[in-house]
Amino acid sequence: MAIYGTAVLSGCLLVGIFLGRLLGALMGVDKDVGGVGIAMLLLIFFTDRMQKRGSLPAISQQGIVFWSLIYIPIVVAMAASQNVVAALSGGPLALVAAVLVVAICFAVVPLLNRGGADDPNDDLAAIAVDADAIGDREP
Amino acid sequence: MQELLQILSLVLQKYALVTAFAFVGLIVYLSYLLSAKLTRGRLHGSAIAITAGLLLSLWGGIATGGTHGVADFKILAGVGVMGGAMLRDLAIVATAFGVSMDEFLKTGVSGILALLIGVVISFFVGGAVGYAFGYRDAVSLCTLGAGTATYIVGPVTATALGASSEVEALSIAIGLIKSVLVMTLTPFVAPWIGLNSPRADLIFGGLMGTTSGVAGGLAATDVKLVPYGAMTATFYTGLACLLGPSVFFFIFKVVCGE
Repeated sequence: MAIYGTAVLSGCLLVGIFLGRLLGALMGVDKDVGGVGIAMLLLIFFTDRMQKRGSLPAISQQGIVFWSLIYIPIVVAMAASQNVVAALSGGPLALVAAVLVVAICFAVVPLLNRGGADDPNDDLAAIAVDADAIGDREP
Repeated sequence: MQELLQILSLVLQKYALVTAFAFVGLIVYLSYLLSAKLTRGRLHGSAIAITAGLLLSLWGGIATGGTHGVADFKILAGVGVMGGAMLRDLAIVATAFGVSMDEFLKTGVSGILALLIGVVISFFVGGAVGYAFGYRDAVSLCTLGAGTATYIVGPVTATALGASSEVEALSIAIGLIKSVLVMTLTPFVAPWIGLNSPRADLIFGGLMGTTSGVAGGLAATDVKLVPYGAMTATFYTGLACLLGPSVFFFIFKVVCGE
């Protein structure tokens, strides 16, 4: 059932945020330290194991897939409920930061591409990614 | 007529979250239509939709004087629930589904190195620009650095660290402008930075990190390049969500002397 997938996803998020909070408390800050990242790792780990055991059938997976497909619309809703008036009062900060980071990263591409050209791990033929699906889901 | 509007408004308020789904669906539909018709897909529909969202927030803020964008209009209060931290974090974690560690390792040393360097550059640039604009606390600087990574890492970090609404909105704006810049500029700089091999594309995707920007930019350059860049970029947001509110936050705390 689809709810099983959604329940696994929800469980991973709750445990992730809990561990993030716990980590924060241990480090003496009242914050969530990396909770969402921990939750992602948990989801990758558990769903991978469940799929190998065959305990996550296609219909259950859809309970997770739906939420990843609704991701961009949720980001749009997030953008539509922001305090943009206050953000704009800070001047061109966003523009400056974005232009700088893009310029620097463009410049670093050839630098990184030069070193270690014969990396045996670059088994590119093995990589097949559905770019369209990713483009729809991720920022 | 007056009564008709009253009933409509009542229904929209009573079914707030459902209203939000319909409203956001309409924005997304119009944005993808604009993307296809006006820019021939060069500017990704998601970027247009998020820009539209921020503009609507601006309008909502001016019209209502509130701090929650269009969610301060009574009939659109559900947009705040739909785009709130709870559902947003659920959806972000869901995007990690299907990612396998084997694939991650397949990107090789250069891909992983590019990812790490890309995340470090983003947090450094975002933090430095934030400092230059007068922000002096670790929470704000880390959130701005996170936004410089992607428009997702920003608000996730903002929620985790409890940043102000102003800084959160800024972090989304930085990530969005970055995404649009990568989308539009990549075809022009591609010959200069040598985007002509799968290896160069893996590095490019890892450094930039904005998947929509990388996918859109590479598609406009040469469609054959897209999978390689998208491959590494896919891991970027997850990695930055993990490192941002943890490692980088503590680095910023040390830098700020907190």
